[in-house]
Amino acid sequence: MQYKSQAVAKPYFIAAIGLFTGQILFGLIMGLQYVVGDFLFPEIPFNVARMVHTNLLIVWLLFGFMGSAYYLVPEESETELFSPKLAQVLFWIFLLAGAATVLGYLLVPYATLARMTGNNILATMGREFLEQPLPTKVGIVIVALAFLFNITMTVLKGRKTSITLVLLIGLWGLAVFFLFSFYNPSNLVLDKYFWWWVVHLWVEGVWELILGALLAFVLIKVTGVDREVIEKWLYVIIAMSLITGLIGTGHHYYWIGTPESWLWFGSVFSALEPIPFFMMTVFAFNMVNRRRREHPNKAATLWALGTGVMSFLGAGVWGFLHTLAPVNYYTHGTQITAAHGHMAFYGAYVMVVITMISYAMPVLRGRAANSERAQVLEMWSFWIMTVSIVFITLFLTAAGILQVWLQRISATPMGFMATQDQISLFYWLREISGVFFLVGLVLYIASFFIKGGKTVSA
Amino acid sequence: MSATFTKSMARNIFYGGAVFFFLLFVGLTFDTMQVLPKRDHRENITPEVVRGKHIWETRDCIGCHTLLGEGAYFAPELGNVYKRRGPEFIKAWIKAQPTGAPGRRQMPQFHLTDAQLNDLVAFLKWTSEINTNNWPPNIEG
Repeated sequence: MQYKSQAVAKPYFIAAIGLFTGQILFGLIMGLQYVVGDFLFPEIPFNVARMVHTNLLIVWLLFGFMGSAYYLVPEESETELFSPKLAQVLFWIFLLAGAATVLGYLLVPYATLARMTGNNILATMGREFLEQPLPTKVGIVIVALAFLFNITMTVLKGRKTSITLVLLIGLWGLAVFFLFSFYNPSNLVLDKYFWWWVVHLWVEGVWELILGALLAFVLIKVTGVDREVIEKWLYVIIAMSLITGLIGTGHHYYWIGTPESWLWFGSVFSALEPIPFFMMTVFAFNMVNRRRREHPNKAATLWALGTGVMSFLGAGVWGFLHTLAPVNYYTHGTQITAAHGHMAFYGAYVMVVITMISYAMPVLRGRAANSERAQVLEMWSFWIMTVSIVFITLFLTAAGILQVWLQRISATPMGFMATQDQISLFYWLREISGVFFLVGLVLYIASFFIKGGKTVSA
Repeated sequence: MSATFTKSMARNIFYGGAVFFFLLFVGLTFDTMQVLPKRDHRENITPEVVRGKHIWETRDCIGCHTLLGEGAYFAPELGNVYKRRGPEFIKAWIKAQPTGAPGRRQMPQFHLTDAQLNDLVAFLKWTSEINTNNWPPNIEG
């Protein structure tokens, strides 16, 4: 560790992995409810499990981003963090707020939770991914602003690199676009239109900047390739992300009441969205092939390469699959969307956060890399989780194609539930794949506790 | 990438591209806002519709159902449920939940009053009249 204050990243990474585990457990509950409809009903209805599943994902990725920033920024800026104390305090505030929110979902009926938390004063709840009560949303803004203050002050007092600049733009964008979660007009079309300014402009916009910056940082570290080369790639990739992704928002504006012109804008621009992800894959492999050093952390390199490949497959290929308006007319709101969502989130954001953790955690624990045995186990967990998510995606895609056929294309369309019964085999297969994913995650966690073998000192 | 293409050129493409396409997006948004009133029929958003949307949100309906294709994929599309089932069926259905049929997906009982049920139906009726470019492909949603 080059700077003492980087150590504040550690609890963020630990919390991220803990919440990730919770996310997967609730995912398994939902997967089972797809085939055993009354499982855990009425204790944990599907919608509650889903809120916990998706909100935990968002929160642990935010923990991952913040931890990564606290680790990365001092090293890039060549100075101690502006205020390590503030980072520690924010950690506990964010963790407690997150835990209280999840407990609220699980223990209190949602309508009661809404009434208790001031939703009648400013109604923001009950919209997908933005289910958080008002105090939680306000808390997210406060934590985000304090975090950004801390990071920005650190950058300002130290060396300014392209990586920290891109990371800062991404993180500030994240905070700014979240403000649209407070805008909830009673006109559903307007509500949906600006809801995407949070959701799309996050995951297909500013988060890609964060992803690029983190990946570039780790690639510099593990390959030793010249910074100028890596930062040039970074700029080209994120330029393409925003050039395609901003107007690409239009692929959500096909069927929600918005004008027909969006069918063209959305189709053309979102069809180009795979380009930056493909470049990310080429980038990662290119840099590793041109490496000027053999970094002992093989696992981190594997995660970095995996991020390139899986984000291209999940976000790029599976996104393109249903992004053209004539296709999306049939696939919109089916299991095809779910298939894409799972692989895109895993391939892009889960994997980049794990890449960062994989690189930084050994250093935070006082060594350049973990022991051979620990790394082998970590790489096993990489393959098991990654192959599992590929199968989850393939089974959901199969389910989605059948669903579209039976319910929307057939000359005698079936009802929703009758269709669901027909495709339950694929839901079972998805659930089994999910169990394998959990096994991979348990092995991943176990890899942190493997001792023995020779370690490389930092 | 070739040496003649420098980092500062790449940076300029990023800044220029980001600013240009964000402004274009804002422009398209402005244009959309001009056209929307003809498509969403906002003149029909009555106090019942407003209250109905609030009930829709505070019961987290989106956690199981889709509405105009967005939401969860666990339960039927409701953007066109007013046309598919009609108001009386919707109200009776909500009142009858959960079915308790073993192994079947269950919808919670929300204890809505008759007035609340009417508000929710008003919201679903208004939603079903939005111009969605003919989506969904058929009445099954």
